[in-house]
Amino acid sequence: MLGLNKKDTSLLIVVAFLTLLAPFILNPFPEGSAMAQFNAGYPDLMQRFVIFGIFAIGFNILFGLTGYLSFGHAAFLGVGSYSAVWMFKLLSYNVIPAIALSVVVAGLFSLLIGFISLRRSGIYFSILTLAFAQMSFALAYSVLSNPKFNLTNGETGLQVYADDPQILQGANAPDLPHLFGLPMRATYTMDVGAWSFDFNAGYYLCAIIMMIVFYLSIRIFRSPFGMMLRAVKSNQQRMNYTGLNSKPYTLAAFVISGMYAGLAGGLMAAMDPLAGAERMQWTASGEVVLMTILGGTGTLIGPVLGAGFIKYFENIFSKINDNVLHSWFAFLPDGLEDAVVFVIHPFIGKGWHLTLGILFMLVVIYLPGGLVEGGQRLLKRFKRKKKDTDDAPSGKTEPAE
Amino acid sequence: MDAILLQILNGLDKGSAYALIALGLTLIFGTLGVVNFAHGALFMIGAFCAVTLQKLLNLSFVTLDETQKDFLGNPLKVETPYIEAWFGPEVGATIIDWSVPLSILFAIPIMLLVGYVMERGLIKHFYKRPHADQILVTFGLAIVLQEIVKYFFGANPIQTPPPDVLSGSVDLGTMVGFDPNAIIYPIWRLVYFGFAVGIIGAVFSFLQFTTFGMVVRAGMADRETVGLLGINIDRRFTIMFGIAAGVAGLAGVMYGPINPPNYHMGMDFLVLSFVVVVVGGMGSLPGAVLAGFLLGILESFASTTWATTTIPGINQIIIYLVAIIVLLTRPRGLMGRKGVMEE
Repeated sequence: MLGLNKKDTSLLIVVAFLTLLAPFILNPFPEGSAMAQFNAGYPDLMQRFVIFGIFAIGFNILFGLTGYLSFGHAAFLGVGSYSAVWMFKLLSYNVIPAIALSVVVAGLFSLLIGFISLRRSGIYFSILTLAFAQMSFALAYSVLSNPKFNLTNGETGLQVYADDPQILQGANAPDLPHLFGLPMRATYTMDVGAWSFDFNAGYYLCAIIMMIVFYLSIRIFRSPFGMMLRAVKSNQQRMNYTGLNSKPYTLAAFVISGMYAGLAGGLMAAMDPLAGAERMQWTASGEVVLMTILGGTGTLIGPVLGAGFIKYFENIFSKINDNVLHSWFAFLPDGLEDAVVFVIHPFIGKGWHLTLGILFMLVVIYLPGGLVEGGQRLLKRFKRKKKDTDDAPSGKTEPAE
Repeated sequence: MDAILLQILNGLDKGSAYALIALGLTLIFGTLGVVNFAHGALFMIGAFCAVTLQKLLNLSFVTLDETQKDFLGNPLKVETPYIEAWFGPEVGATIIDWSVPLSILFAIPIMLLVGYVMERGLIKHFYKRPHADQILVTFGLAIVLQEIVKYFFGANPIQTPPPDVLSGSVDLGTMVGFDPNAIIYPIWRLVYFGFAVGIIGAVFSFLQFTTFGMVVRAGMADRETVGLLGINIDRRFTIMFGIAAGVAGLAGVMYGPINPPNYHMGMDFLVLSFVVVVVGGMGSLPGAVLAGFLLGILESFASTTWATTTIPGINQIIIYLVAIIVLLTRPRGLMGRKGVMEE
């Protein structure tokens, strides 16, 4: 279907199924029950899942296929957000031109940065992209927000004000981001017994866009272009010796992943018409690296999984506090209960970043292939026990050096 | 003329910090071939060694002073640091006053230990892995260290004042014949600069004039051959990692009075230090030091009102701009050697 083989088609269908039914799947616990805090089916969080999914899919096209580790991808996300908000300010609250412009601007910006950064590889490339991202952050935060030329509105963040032109804004169009009159915040709540499910217009817009870009990424992975990028990853020198100029390929991958990031930034602004410089900081770039690694670099589904995993646990862990812990461990004897809560305390609430850092280190050390590899290993062990067969010799061949 | 001199001096303190951190980074690059994203965290841990010592010295017990009354008429509670009780008020107060310089003694063993544990416990396993993995695991470690410090010390900057004697400013202009008040410079920054020069000198002479340093330099040039000669080069490189951690830590200890330490100060310096290393030339120790001071001074020139009115915000981006230009015109950096960290 759609030029995909059977395996990829089923993967795409599974992803489509999961994203479209996410309001059900993410809300398995009845409203008001003790487990309701583990629900993730509210619009804001679901939007974040798919938006960061898009961001990570794009990053994976660069890092997973070519092996170039960019530490500055948040810059493209930020640029995308800023251009979307400018579209809201100048034209109208319709999200289509905003998203289109954010992709185009991020693409141009990544063309410029990629053209310079890709002259070097390895660590130099990482540091160059890091330097560019920090420079963009500094530009957005202070330089481009002086009274004479206010492009980013500095610390406050760029937002739409009542006296903005909005030349195409119709008289009765909603006063917040909308898709031809359908506001992004419109939510239909369905109550089934004790459960309640939210269907949010913004989420479904993001979800459909994510499915499209996920399909595109499968096509890229399976195309001759994708093969070329993989060849660059495995041995660029040899590629160059065969007389091939690999630069156009890596640059194309860089620009594509920059456009994905811009798309994510544009969607972020479409869900909430505000753009701030902190989106461009290098910790934000680190976050998308984390998502991709955690999910599984170079795999199709990995980045989406990683993005969902991190955003979900960020949300859950930040909500848990000592009282919740005490109620969980109430069955233990008093002294032991306090001890357990005391031990767990640093890792929850505001300590989420500590948990994330430890998790990240563990994944890099023990599971370089991320969640996908972990799942495959588990599956393998499971199968082996069932069949009780010997280890088949792995079909991997080492390249001759 | 005096304005130029003032800007050069202003750049020296930041430049010293850049140079020290970049020196440690380059030592690790050069010896172990590892990209250490946690080096900024080591700088931060050093600064918090000073904070810890200051807190320890200020541990107090409370006594009721019957001769003084507070506004309710109750006896006033007086806090006396233990240290003043043990050594007498005057000596005790002096020790507390000098807590930052004293922290150097406290920080050296801690930093060496932290460096040793980090290398043996984690980095050792990453020699053979790709650079991307090294970057990622040390990045994770940096987050963890930073969050641990945040957990114990909170998110706000903590003041670590310099000793009273060294806290004022000195009019350097009059000494070299300028008008009075033309060049006024805080004493502590001079101390910091002198300290940095001392450390850099010590590291260089250690590498240049001792047998240990000679072996390390030989190992940097060709690790395999040195290993074949029957020298345990790994152990020496581990010690060099400890020394690099110590240099970063000491840079942090002494930086406290210039900028109150907070938990993310390491990250702020790390990005710039990487830029410094790249500009100086990966693997070149003199290059790192030179680039550190140059970029520090350049940043201070870009912060003058003249520069910021001509090009607004130039002070924020100058270092990155310079780095990009240098990397594109001289890909090996200012003093990079051929064949060192080419990929």
